Amino acid sequence: MAPVIEVRGLRYRYEDGTEALKGVDFRLQAGESVAVFGANGSGKSTFALHLNGLLSGDGSISVCGIEVNRKTAAMVRRKVGLVFQESDTQLFMPTVIEDVAFGLLNQGMAPEVARERAGIALDQAGMSGAAHKAPYHLSAGEKKRVAIAGILTLEPEVLVLDEPTTFLDPPGQRALASLLCNLPQAKIVITHDTQFALAVCTRAVFFEDGVVTGEGTVREIADRFRWASPAC
Amino acid sequence: MRHTAVEEWSRGASPLHRLNPVAKLFPLAVFLAALATAHRELPPLGIGLGLLLVTGILAARLPVLGVMLRGGVVLPFSGVFALVSWLAGDPVRAIELVLKSYLSALAVLLVVATTPVPALLHSLERLGVPAFLLTVAQFLYRYLFVISGEAYDMRTAAAARGGLTFRAASGALAVLFARSYSRAGQVHRAMLARGFTGRFVPMSPPRLTAVDLLFATLAAVAVIVLRVAVERLA
Repeated sequence: MAPVIEVRGLRYRYEDGTEALKGVDFRLQAGESVAVFGANGSGKSTFALHLNGLLSGDGSISVCGIEVNRKTAAMVRRKVGLVFQESDTQLFMPTVIEDVAFGLLNQGMAPEVARERAGIALDQAGMSGAAHKAPYHLSAGEKKRVAIAGILTLEPEVLVLDEPTTFLDPPGQRALASLLCNLPQAKIVITHDTQFALAVCTRAVFFEDGVVTGEGTVREIADRFRWASPAC
Repeated sequence: MRHTAVEEWSRGASPLHRLNPVAKLFPLAVFLAALATAHRELPPLGIGLGLLLVTGILAARLPVLGVMLRGGVVLPFSGVFALVSWLAGDPVRAIELVLKSYLSALAVLLVVATTPVPALLHSLERLGVPAFLLTVAQFLYRYLFVISGEAYDMRTAAAARGGLTFRAASGALAVLFARSYSRAGQVHRAMLARGFTGRFVPMSPPRLTAVDLLFATLAAVAVIVLRVAVERLA
């Protein structure tokens, strides 16, 4: 079966000269959930930004059979939904429902249909009661769920979540894990949280200094790289 | 990202909020024209127009003092020119400058505080304002929040460590803009990730109703009648 995402030899250097990715190879199958582990600055988030064409490095990325480049970026962004680490970055419209519908309206969907679909996504994320609130009035966990609803409503084939448990309390993490487990999409979860990864993902890769240095089950990778939470 | 009071006010539910933005923009244009072209009769006209604005603020259920204070945001700029005019021996012109700039700002603020920005910009687009100009306005508006959010975070962090001295504040200003630039880039990426194509599409495109037309006509007529009446009396 052809992978939904295939990355070969991806390299990227920031303008300041920092080489963030030094030849990443990666494959994601349909319906699969993969955790991405690695130290801060190892290139995980830079890698994520490449998956829907927000950054463009050397090498090749294919999403659902489409080669990612400037021309195909708009099409690829419909296939790959990216949930950013900081929800505040993602929530910029005046009300929750408008924010969730933002992507749909950009796709040219009729406002009434966009509103209805945004409502369904909010319901799915357990946030239907907040539809008319201002995003800045929500708690960190609620913001995260709204940010996810904003992506779910676009019905992407792949979900990429960058540090989804940041700012979430344990009940919020459990709710998010439960939500993600019930979604049919293939998922890439960038996280430091091994417990969360164990709950959501079946496979893991490990990033070190801009390359993937390990691949296996979440438990194997966490053990091999001693990537569990610290104990006193 | 923290939003200002004006953004919150624009989400109100008063009859003024419910009007189509065009119904507010038309009398605003008449108001600004009447004010800009007034000279000898400016003080009484200014009082009359000021009272009209206060009526509008009350009708919009906005805090009168809060709106009037925020209208003063233009005074540091116009105040400099007024001071120059005063020192050059033209106090009447100085007062005119302050009065006109303040009332203009207050009128614009009343419209902005009763109209969500996406709806306002959508209406301006429909009125033929160039899309590029509106895109710049949209980003300027959005990124103002980015800067204010970053400034708030930095101020809190500084206060937690004993506050900022004047010298440290000048360095912090440079850091603020660097941080805001970085955050603005992140916001832009997040918008692109959800297919942003250069224009905000409103969720509920406003429609012009008979009530809107009636309000626009009455408000514009009120300003014109006031202007003519003051001129005749003067």
